[in-house]
Amino acid sequence: MYVVDPRRTSSAQWADVWLGLDVGSDISLANAMGREIIVSGLANEAFIRHATSGFEAYRQCVEKYTLDRAERETGVPAEAIRQTAHAYAKAKSGQICWTLGITEHHNAVDNVVALINLALLTGHVGRYGSGVNPLRGQNNVQGGGDMGAIPDRLTGFQHLENPELRAKFERAWRAKIEPKRGWHLSAMFDAMERGELTLLYVLGENPVDSEADRHRAVKLLRGLKFMVVQDLFCTRTAEMADVVLPGSAGWCETEGTVTSSERRVQRVRAAVPLPHGVPDDIEIIYQLARRFGHEWGMPDAEAIWNEVRQLSPMHAGMSYRRLEELGGIQWPCYDETHPGEMYLHSRLWQEPLIGPRAPFHAVEFEPPVDELNEQYPMRLTTGRYLDSYNTGAQSQRFPSPLRRAATIDLSPEDGERYQVGEGEKVRISSRRGSIIAPVRFDSGLRPGLAFLSVHFHEQVATNDLTIDAVDPKSGTSEFKATAIRIEKYAEK
Amino acid sequence: MDLHLTAAAASAEEQAAIDALLGEPESSWDGGARQIERDGRAVFGGGTARSRRHLLLPVLHAIQERIGWISPGALNYASVRLNVAPAEVHGVASFYGMFSLSPRPPVTAHVCDDIACMTRGAGALCAELEHKLGPAGSPSEGGQTIWQRSACLGLCERAPAALISAAGTTARERVVAPAATENLISTMQDAVNGRLPAEPDTLSTKLSVPQAGQAQLRLLRRAGQVDPSSIEDYLQRGGYEALRRSFELGAERVIQEVIDSKLLGRGGAAFPTGKKWEAVHLQRHLGYPHYVICNADESEPGTFKDRIVMEGDPFAVLEGMTIAGFAVGAQKGYVYVRGEYPLATERLNHAIRAARAQKLLGQDILGRGLRFDVELRRGAGAYICGEETALLNSIEGYRGEPRNKPPFPTQSGLFHLPTVVNNVETLINIPEIILGGGAAYARIGKGNSAGYRLFCVSGHVVRPGVYETPYGPTIRNVIDMAGGVGGTGRLQAVLLGGAAGSFVSPMELDTPLTFEGTRAIGATLGSGVVLLFDDSTDLQQVLLRIAAFFRDETCGQCVPCRVGSVRQEEVLQRLVRRQTIGSVAEERNTLQEIAQAMRDASICGLGQTASGAILSAMNRWSLFS
Amino acid sequence: MSEPSQAPSPLIPVPRAPVPQIPAAAPRREIEITIDGKRVAVPEGATILEATRKLGIDTPTLCFLETLTPVNACRVCVVELEGSRTLVPACSRKAEAGMAVHTESERVLLSRRLVLDFLASSVDVSTAPTLRAYMEQYGARPDRFGARAQTVAQAPKIDNELYMRDYSKCILCYKCVEACGVDAQNTFAISVAGRGFSAHISTEFDIPLPQSACVYCGNCIGVCPTGALMFKTEYDRRAAGTWDETQQTQTDTICPYCGVGCELTVHAQEGQIVKVSSPLDHSVTQGNLCIKGRFGWQFTDSRAAT
Repeated sequence: MYVVDPRRTSSAQWADVWLGLDVGSDISLANAMGREIIVSGLANEAFIRHATSGFEAYRQCVEKYTLDRAERETGVPAEAIRQTAHAYAKAKSGQICWTLGITEHHNAVDNVVALINLALLTGHVGRYGSGVNPLRGQNNVQGGGDMGAIPDRLTGFQHLENPELRAKFERAWRAKIEPKRGWHLSAMFDAMERGELTLLYVLGENPVDSEADRHRAVKLLRGLKFMVVQDLFCTRTAEMADVVLPGSAGWCETEGTVTSSERRVQRVRAAVPLPHGVPDDIEIIYQLARRFGHEWGMPDAEAIWNEVRQLSPMHAGMSYRRLEELGGIQWPCYDETHPGEMYLHSRLWQEPLIGPRAPFHAVEFEPPVDELNEQYPMRLTTGRYLDSYNTGAQSQRFPSPLRRAATIDLSPEDGERYQVGEGEKVRISSRRGSIIAPVRFDSGLRPGLAFLSVHFHEQVATNDLTIDAVDPKSGTSEFKATAIRIEKYAEK
Repeated sequence: MDLHLTAAAASAEEQAAIDALLGEPESSWDGGARQIERDGRAVFGGGTARSRRHLLLPVLHAIQERIGWISPGALNYASVRLNVAPAEVHGVASFYGMFSLSPRPPVTAHVCDDIACMTRGAGALCAELEHKLGPAGSPSEGGQTIWQRSACLGLCERAPAALISAAGTTARERVVAPAATENLISTMQDAVNGRLPAEPDTLSTKLSVPQAGQAQLRLLRRAGQVDPSSIEDYLQRGGYEALRRSFELGAERVIQEVIDSKLLGRGGAAFPTGKKWEAVHLQRHLGYPHYVICNADESEPGTFKDRIVMEGDPFAVLEGMTIAGFAVGAQKGYVYVRGEYPLATERLNHAIRAARAQKLLGQDILGRGLRFDVELRRGAGAYICGEETALLNSIEGYRGEPRNKPPFPTQSGLFHLPTVVNNVETLINIPEIILGGGAAYARIGKGNSAGYRLFCVSGHVVRPGVYETPYGPTIRNVIDMAGGVGGTGRLQAVLLGGAAGSFVSPMELDTPLTFEGTRAIGATLGSGVVLLFDDSTDLQQVLLRIAAFFRDETCGQCVPCRVGSVRQEEVLQRLVRRQTIGSVAEERNTLQEIAQAMRDASICGLGQTASGAILSAMNRWSLFS
Repeated sequence: MSEPSQAPSPLIPVPRAPVPQIPAAAPRREIEITIDGKRVAVPEGATILEATRKLGIDTPTLCFLETLTPVNACRVCVVELEGSRTLVPACSRKAEAGMAVHTESERVLLSRRLVLDFLASSVDVSTAPTLRAYMEQYGARPDRFGARAQTVAQAPKIDNELYMRDYSKCILCYKCVEACGVDAQNTFAISVAGRGFSAHISTEFDIPLPQSACVYCGNCIGVCPTGALMFKTEYDRRAAGTWDETQQTQTDTICPYCGVGCELTVHAQEGQIVKVSSPLDHSVTQGNLCIKGRFGWQFTDSRAAT
């Protein structure tokens, strides 16, 4: 196992090799690996010929990324990059897994594409034991997207702008669907800024604490004409709302399905009754519909799911009964005899090729937006703790022995440099804000790299510091790369 | 791995003890100091750093020898150096009797109070020590010394015996046998003052091998006759001729000769040696490494033959192992020596170095392209590690708990690869077989008990010691060889095969000491123990000591043995004290049932034999009824 | 290399391809053995236990669990194998063609009974229903060893808010060590320490769990067969007399805290969650969870209160 992470994490301690690259230099590393694989003759040429497109443009693009250049841009020694490239290319099967270190960047999609290019280059895709795997941080991130919570898609990844597909939905829903892409989260905030978005219905999200550059987010939310928040708890976002609706704990109080990282659709079930007076989430939506003049009848999770199956071919075979029997099914599952698919893209190995070629996309390295300079010389990155979850609305309500106070984690060398000891408070400033936090030393960090968790906004408001530089394609903010300054802080 | 350590840090001396064994750390994976320049950006070798667990036992020895105990800080450092979780290191360290996990005086005297020493005044010795030094297990005034009662130290021919270990920068060990209060206390004092000699013991063949020098000896022919530290001496007396002959014969022929010889393992289980070799040899096409292990963890109470062989003729052990390595296609051998055998350890370590220097071990043995090397591993005070699969776990750095069989070590042995495990005495028979031919060897002895055998004669006997004879003599013959019954001169009982063996009565002395002969009277040869008790001996106390031995030495893994050994001792105690629950007959029935469950349901030979001697005595003499 | 120009359009759905398969393993030969006079065929590599279960023969097990490497330490599953000097553990002994096995012979019954006698005379089995049922079945009489028989009695260890460890109830089945170690969690916070009757489960130097490597996944509790390890919520309710399994429902659902899709079994009593476990036979989880899945439900309590 090779672990590529700016921090020498717990996973890195289990690795055979750890590469500690600079935050946000992933494309330089990936492109240099790609070049090295090509020039060493380790590319899977037969696969490239058979199943991909755009290789030549890719080759030309990565040609510039020599090992030496990558060493300069990533901080990782050229020899280590070379060995990693060779090991990946020569492996019988290889997987690339990632989490938010790849996607919480202003060029998130490019980062992902750079990794996909490596899989295409080596043929580590569409076969048992290979592939590219985003590891999801919530139980239904995948499911949310699958159901159409993506600006240009309908349920089942069916493109909004394909008239035939749209017509199918219009017939089923007996309603007109505008072929107009929606906004992703960051675009919504931009729209608020422009005054185009004035009404917001927030379900189970706490943007006041979770958005990058929190001050801007709060300001924009405040400028809304009307905001509805539906949540389990009265979060700081809910406190700002005009109307607060009760949310249900979907996984233990309601019926339905979620879809995991491996595309497995699984049943969630009501294990306990909803708290007194709290309606089911679906019921709230049905009631809203009723007040908008649409009578949808009695809310029923299975009936809604069957509608999904009717409209989304890749879910068609997943009856509640089969989901129960098989312990979940991985999409696509086209009919009730189909077992689901444990990995995707096997079509790329079919002779003749089934469907379109898989495209290489040449992408260039761009450093994080928030540049380091003399005034902000340190790189701050963010992440989670094992026992906590996002802004802590749920996870801070059990007595975890692992829980510790929110800290700014520094390398011991930086502790010496700033003359601060463990537990001592420091002021952390970015171009957007400034907060106070106690110091903790982490030998997994190198000098110049600091870490804050995202869980404890009431003690340490990490997102006062982070930048809302956004990836235009995915709408994700660059939570992972903030330029900061550390100063000793004397409590008055 | 992702280690989570307490704040306890190793002292400089503890670190030095470990680093002296492992070398300085190579990187941050194995405990190297933080060096951003070196490994702030890329670190290779995580997998390699996590594959050194097999060095755990040597590391724990290194700490114990230098410091006298294993502190939380030292344990943490061992954990970091070897990438083994501290809870696991602790689990392993706490398994072995020789390691202390709480502060202990640097000088420890282990005083044997086991059955052989019982016949020679161990009881009185311990009583005197208690009077002069205080109770066993509590440190002396000043905290420099401590004495402890010990199970059999394998010095039965020189009973009563004691072993002194002195921790420190120049750690020393010293055998005191026969021990008397005065020489024991003065040697402890020498140890405190750093005046122990470097040699841990002196092998007196006159005492230990009464037959030494006799012309008919084969296995013991060099004992006392050669300088055990001189490979030249060994070579001049026929050493390594058998290895040369093996090269001429080739591996297949060597194995055939061993099969033809009908040699059965001498460690106690009596499995055909040739079959083991063949089974491993036949897996050569799989391309995995194979291993040869010499089981020198001789710990059966009353057994000391392997010790004397290793002390008196260490090169013979190496030659036997090398032939085995050649035959089965192994390039690596381990000799696992009982922790309480300091002189054997030293002699073998010396012999390994000398053999390497003479190219009799290493990359190209005798210029014939054979690669074979031997590493010595020291046990650390656990009888169970003489069980071959427990021994494998011990070498691998795990708790010495036996594995379930099958699979047998020949299929899945050390590091789960094909492995031959042979006892010391078994291996020194190999040169005889190779040079004389398997068929000729098979004709020596009697029936299916072919070849030569070493007997450990001790207890109430005139000349205790190790005796060699071709199979055939009766118990009486062997007692006569050793000068007859000692003590009161009136024999009460003989224990054959050690604590895991069985008692026989004076009426059974004409039984031949062969596998068939002993089987016929429901006894066993085991490891060749012939331990005599005169009519002044309180056999009930002997049985209690045997029960206590198994209670102490069960590894605790399986329920029948872990709890059964305790319940067995409890019933015996009640019977001896006449405080039975219900009638004596009910208690005897309980004991029989415990014995049957232990024999039938225990994982390994320890539990399976832990009641044998006790039941054999109860049934022969109707004890307690 | 020529340059294909055909690029996929996101507007067009990806066509259907053959269903991906796991590379086929060599088919396992069926072998036949005889158990209690009945013949049964099992795939090569199957254990005697699997064969007895196939015949519907009830074989007791304590240290065995489908998801863990057999340690065959408890020996309650022993059976008699013709030609074998000793009894053999059904849970780990592989079936070999032609084996003749007896599960109800005198020897088998005696060993099983004695194993239960041994355990129940040294360990508090009050919260070990399976073991107690076996005792009944095999006629165990642990009192035969008297009131002074040595036991492992000791006070429960409560050193954190999530776990309770009562080693007076520990039968040393090794399951928790395996679940903490290579069989599931790879945390290695606990190990067997000591030897013989004093062998016990321990952190290094018996330090409290919060100082140890423990990550509170609860997988050890999930596999404990005797209640020696218990969630503190359950322990507290038992102490308060408000734990009532007859009033509890069990509902399977999915953990909300990440994208793995761990299957949770939610145990609820009077409309409140009282415990979370995980089914052993689910391919995603195989009974294992993390601290969030195991304990992250507690917010539902505070919600009910507000």
